[in-house]
Amino acid sequence: MSEPLRREDVAHVAKLARLILSEDELNRFTQQLSQVLEHAHDMNSLDLANLVATAHPFGLVNVVRDDVTRPSLDHDVVIAMAPDAQDGRFAVPRILGEAP
Amino acid sequence: MSLTNGWEMVVGLEVHTELKTATKMFCGCANSFGSLPNTNVCPVCLGLPGSLPVLNARAVELAMAIGVALHSTIAPSTFHRKNYFYPDMPKDFQISQYDLPINVGGFLDLPDGSRISIERAHLEEDTGKSTHLGGSGRIHGADRSLVDYNRSGVPLVEIVSGPDIRSSTQARDYASELRGILMATGASDGRMEEGSMRIDANVSVRKVGQPLGTRCEIKNLNSLRSLQRAIDYEAHRQTVILEEGGRVRQETRHWDENLATTSTMRVKEEADDYRYFREPDLVDLIPDEAWQARIREGLPPMPAERRSMLGARLHEPSDSLLGAVSVVVDLDLDAYVSSARDAGVPAELALPRAANELATDLGGLSNLSFEAFTATLLMERSGELSPTQAKSVLAELLASGGEPRAIAAKKGYEQLETGAVASVVAQLIEEHPDEWSRYRDGDEKLAQFFIGQVMKRTKGQANGKDVIAELHAKR
Ligand SMILES: [Zn+2]
Repeated sequence: MSEPLRREDVAHVAKLARLILSEDELNRFTQQLSQVLEHAHDMNSLDLANLVATAHPFGLVNVVRDDVTRPSLDHDVVIAMAPDAQDGRFAVPRILGEAP
Repeated sequence: MSLTNGWEMVVGLEVHTELKTATKMFCGCANSFGSLPNTNVCPVCLGLPGSLPVLNARAVELAMAIGVALHSTIAPSTFHRKNYFYPDMPKDFQISQYDLPINVGGFLDLPDGSRISIERAHLEEDTGKSTHLGGSGRIHGADRSLVDYNRSGVPLVEIVSGPDIRSSTQARDYASELRGILMATGASDGRMEEGSMRIDANVSVRKVGQPLGTRCEIKNLNSLRSLQRAIDYEAHRQTVILEEGGRVRQETRHWDENLATTSTMRVKEEADDYRYFREPDLVDLIPDEAWQARIREGLPPMPAERRSMLGARLHEPSDSLLGAVSVVVDLDLDAYVSSARDAGVPAELALPRAANELATDLGGLSNLSFEAFTATLLMERSGELSPTQAKSVLAELLASGGEPRAIAAKKGYEQLETGAVASVVAQLIEEHPDEWSRYRDGDEKLAQFFIGQVMKRTKGQANGKDVIAELHAKR
């Protein structure tokens, strides 16, 4: 059994995900997420020593496509989805600083 | 530049190169530079809900080609989501290889004989391109950013070197050699000015023999010159801090080309928690032996091998000839030199003509066949054309194509009879008695003086060899 989930961990993850949570929500989600993690920890009771870790239930590898162009979306359709646009580009509030 | 007072710099480079594929990494949108904004976009690269990525086989092959060229091991690999918020990345995560990259280890040998280790070269997708308005006051009243997603999802390979680089010159040589390799593999067009190759530099300093110091990362250097200047500036900045008893703070810094300084972009902190996790919409990438073998066999010669092939035929490899070899390989002019050489033109003549004359008008190469280049040099070799005339015929061929002999005739390059050269030389001796007697007394420099005078008087139509022969005869 690993360490129990702390309220600070939930607050940290919420901050990274840009979620604003009230005190009540923090308490509730800490409790709910703890239950999810506990459920996952049930796996620890199984003997998995001889199994290789996998991220997929399917045994697929190397799913690739040929390097052939396909039609893109109409420019008008694309720009219609933008909250605001200028010069054919998506306009967003001015970004301070550079991408991480 | 190197540091003084027992300090040394320790530098590792992360080079991002866009791959020269027809389509993006995970969708069929065109991967092309310079299209109208937001015309090469679809639900996948715009991150619309429900869209699913499918990996581009060509991107995998180019990544493997880079790995083979860098002596890496091609390994089973996976894709992760790197989560962060920024408007140029509409999915709010970037798909990147993380703990299991496609290429592991390797090395790159530099022309000076030093070897830089390669830690990894992995696949990832590029982000969109944002333009920041306002602030600078260029566009009045505008205080926002504009985003073009044409670049979003373009395949990239990031090549991470070991911290083996010890000077800014070595860093530049590494980047330049790597650029040549990326172009030779066909993976990249190497156009740094268009952003298709971008470099981050990790720089720290220490006293020689001491443990590694705290490093700073300088982001997005997009020319070899910026790379070299930024590293020099940063190493100096850190040395001054440490000399004064201060401590270097680990941070990301931005290079300002105009101010020639680096400045803090952000301090490493919580923001760097990217919550990496496996991309559930992509399966493992495990290129089998047959696929790898096809890449290995299809790989053309790399710049180092091409340089040694061109240099091997030189009888006396002077610095200037070796410099010409480098230029010829950098500019991909090898085929001109080798076809001239195969026709009997000495490499000593073909190399400088390619490195100097052809290099000045690369756009004109489509007008110049290997045969025309070779024919011009054969005429120069036989003395039918003087060097000046041969250069001018090459310039004309590059500008508008044609046939060397016809161009020479049109320009009136019919060389003077030996008799005519003799009479011009005789005339000059009469006019310059002092120079002539110094030449007779053994001052060889004056041969050049007389050749120059003859060329001037004959408008370049005399053959230099004939002039020398005439000078020797009269001496
Ligand atoms: Zn797309």
